[in-house]
Amino acid sequence: MADYTIKVRRYQPESGEPAYWEEFNVELDPSLSVLDGLLQTKDRKDGSLAVRCSCRAAICGSCGMKINGQSTLGCKTQIGEAQAQANKMAAATGTTADVASSPIRGVGGSEASSVPIVIEPMGNQPVIKDLVTDMESTHWEKFRRVTPWLLPHGEAPEREYIVEPESMIDITQSMACIQCGACVSSCLSMEADPLFIGPAALAKAYRFVGDPRDAETAERLTDLAHDPHGIYDCTHCFSCIDACPKGVAPMDQIMRLRRKAGEAGIEDPNSGHSHEMAFVKIIEKKGTLDESMLLQESFAPGILGKLMPTKRAIKEMIGSLPTAIRGIKTGKMRSLPKLIPGVHHKLPGGAQDEVKAIYKHAEAHNEEFNLYIKGEEGELADEPDIEKGAERSTSPTNAEAK
Amino acid sequence: MPSHDVLVIGAGLAGQRAALAAAEQGVSVGIVSKVHPVRSHSNAAQGGINAALNPEDTWESHAYDTVKGSDYLGDQDAIEVMCREAPDEILYLEHLGVTFHRNEEGKLGTRAFGGASAARTYYVADITGQAIMHVLYEQLMKYSEQITRYEEWFCSSLAIDEKGECCGVVTRNVADGSMQLFGAKSVILATGGDGQIWKPTTNALICTGDGIAMAYRAGAKLMDMEMIQYHPTTLAGKGFLITEGARGEGAHLLNKNGERFMERDAPNKMELASRDVVSRAEQTEINEGRGFPDGTVALDITVVPKKRIHEALREIVLVGRDFAGVDITREPIHIKPGNHYTMGGVKTDSEGRTDIPGLYAAGETACVSVHGGNRLGANSLLDTLIFGKHSGRDAAARALRTDWSKPSEKVLEDEQNLIDDINGREKGSGRRVSEIKLELGQTMDKHIAVFRDEAGITEALETVRRLKEEAKSAYIDDHGSVFNQDLMGAIELTYMLDCAECSCAAALERKESRGAQTRTDYPERNDEEWLKHIDLERTEDGPEISYSEVTITQWQPEARTY
Repeated sequence: MADYTIKVRRYQPESGEPAYWEEFNVELDPSLSVLDGLLQTKDRKDGSLAVRCSCRAAICGSCGMKINGQSTLGCKTQIGEAQAQANKMAAATGTTADVASSPIRGVGGSEASSVPIVIEPMGNQPVIKDLVTDMESTHWEKFRRVTPWLLPHGEAPEREYIVEPESMIDITQSMACIQCGACVSSCLSMEADPLFIGPAALAKAYRFVGDPRDAETAERLTDLAHDPHGIYDCTHCFSCIDACPKGVAPMDQIMRLRRKAGEAGIEDPNSGHSHEMAFVKIIEKKGTLDESMLLQESFAPGILGKLMPTKRAIKEMIGSLPTAIRGIKTGKMRSLPKLIPGVHHKLPGGAQDEVKAIYKHAEAHNEEFNLYIKGEEGELADEPDIEKGAERSTSPTNAEAK
Repeated sequence: MPSHDVLVIGAGLAGQRAALAAAEQGVSVGIVSKVHPVRSHSNAAQGGINAALNPEDTWESHAYDTVKGSDYLGDQDAIEVMCREAPDEILYLEHLGVTFHRNEEGKLGTRAFGGASAARTYYVADITGQAIMHVLYEQLMKYSEQITRYEEWFCSSLAIDEKGECCGVVTRNVADGSMQLFGAKSVILATGGDGQIWKPTTNALICTGDGIAMAYRAGAKLMDMEMIQYHPTTLAGKGFLITEGARGEGAHLLNKNGERFMERDAPNKMELASRDVVSRAEQTEINEGRGFPDGTVALDITVVPKKRIHEALREIVLVGRDFAGVDITREPIHIKPGNHYTMGGVKTDSEGRTDIPGLYAAGETACVSVHGGNRLGANSLLDTLIFGKHSGRDAAARALRTDWSKPSEKVLEDEQNLIDDINGREKGSGRRVSEIKLELGQTMDKHIAVFRDEAGITEALETVRRLKEEAKSAYIDDHGSVFNQDLMGAIELTYMLDCAECSCAAALERKESRGAQTRTDYPERNDEEWLKHIDLERTEDGPEISYSEVTITQWQPEARTY
């Protein structure tokens, strides 16, 4: 058993008061969860503390919340680890370094730490009460936006559809999504553009695009590529991958949607795919980004593109002139290599060859990272202390016996 | 007053399947759930779903395994219906989009499961329940014109008209606390089991026996409430489930001396004997000092190839890592038998009809009975789907031939009075709801568990009756309207106590050992006196017990060995 302080962001809509912070002391085995801490508080101190929860085992997706600023599930975060994280953050910001340097014992430790574990409702969603958010208007509405059901054509076969075994394992990664909203909560693009369809709904979209039984792949991809708040609205920040408690890696699913849209030759109003390809090609050639080439390569790729620019390319290039001029005016684009195409240098020495070698390696290993296929060797290998693991597994019972 | 031809209470697999089946008949359907449908506990079914779909397999073999697994207490007519229709149900799900595992030919592939004479369990990694439920929810969204979803509406009692027929329900909108009477020609209860009566349990916090208690209070009979499954592989203390799929993939059970003790009790099926058999063997090891000091035995999954673990048991890798700090690909994990499933429930026929006209029950809420004394792994998903479908169809057919009967406003008033009463209790006037819940859970886990005897059961029954009295003055902190979970908890506690009383009374009544009921004071199965169901009907003084016959079609009871 150990003592912890949880600091909860509370909002009681009927009180007429704005949101406020409240601290509670809880007494728990470190291997129990932050949700267990909240439930103990509800049970013993304040039954009005609202938090959605059900399974306690990270399968129902009810208890999405922010713990020390990180979007996750309350039931999946061990309170001992949350404390260690809170201490580390306090030490890093230097606010309570004295407390943070005092030892926080794991199993069996008893001294309470005064660095509280901070618990807030999920982000990007209106709060209904305490940790309960309105997921209907922010998550489920967008979820329905991607036509989330299978659209096969023609009569179903008499028996099952015959499909590649790998295709089913492939989409099982997005099927593993429990709709907890942690990715939505952490999404930086959605913070900037609340209309962004978002990581959870797009991961769901991949579940159908990747399903060989679905007959409307092209329609789905076109729809999501043409929507200005669709697949090209993601800024590749990895927040959703960090937040996802089930290894769904929503951003990876969005990238797969983009790749499929690109492969299918779907032109999108954002020129998202060609812009991405321009990045890839320029870096392959020069090692670093030649910004002066970026727009040209995005809209008029290669020599052919420049000799015979499409109407759209000309329009886009002229349309982007104000941005370029603004760049010069504000001093963002000043040096010659940023202004004149082709002046940008390659990496010195053999460095450019190393970059090319990376490309070569990536192409040779062009396969998806899917947890259902690969597991996560590296992550578990970091914990060689098997004895410790066995001890931890029995600790709850020991604690209860005490 | 919102009215639907068919109103489904609960939106797990049974509820969603019932709603879809009813909607197919062209009636208007409402589905009410106290949590968002995808939060329902069907999510937790990891391992798979049984069906004799393989051409070499037969539904009769599946039915026989189920009958034998039930320790001959299952009704064989209902078991036949379930097993015969299972293959078509799998294909129905596959066509809707469930991402079932494929074999190398791209056809549906299977895994082995406990108590089964063939590998007939179809699965999606170890998230089968979740995968199926999310696909059914997709269909609910697709057919939103026919099916109205009431997500986060808490149903608290049934409306019965003067003819004694069910005609609606009382609900509370969780978001704002408003109370509403719903009218319906047919009501289907699909609210899941009542595992929260036990602590620890694999069941979610929402599994509080709502539907079982509501039906019981309305006068419907309950059946076989003593039959409570303890799952062989749960994490000590926390009660988390480790799927039977792990043993299906080849994992071993070991005592502290490293012995595969299942050799003693099930030399043929070993770890894949029926759950009651495996749980008893484990508990015997623990009781006789061959377990680990933390009261567990070990499940060794390291014998399964790593690639296969990641592909087929990924959820268990996560459970081991996140909740036990164990890498199951490298070391054994400590487990013990833990409360898991309620075989009993609201007594129904194979169409889901209860004793009350217009009232149906399906899934874990119901007792059809296909599980009898012990449910086979991967038969619960099947039960929810097959009898969800039957209930939905029959409820729709009834709606088409029945006139509207308006539920009386009095039910709503009674419910409002009850809530006012709970709100009016002063802090400190009685016990906290959570205290009563904890004492209930510990009592039941001590006495209504793997091994039982008269003294223990009697003590449990007396405790439950005392707690029922205490619950009448139990107080809550939250008196608001918006998302008042405290208030719902107080109402749920009364459901749980009703269910617990029935389980204790039935366990005391059955003086033999059959399936999940092992009486150390009556260690043998006694077909002459006890090959019968125990029915329970509510009276002011507690459940009144009667008996009903077990339906036997083609399999006569015989000694049960694995």
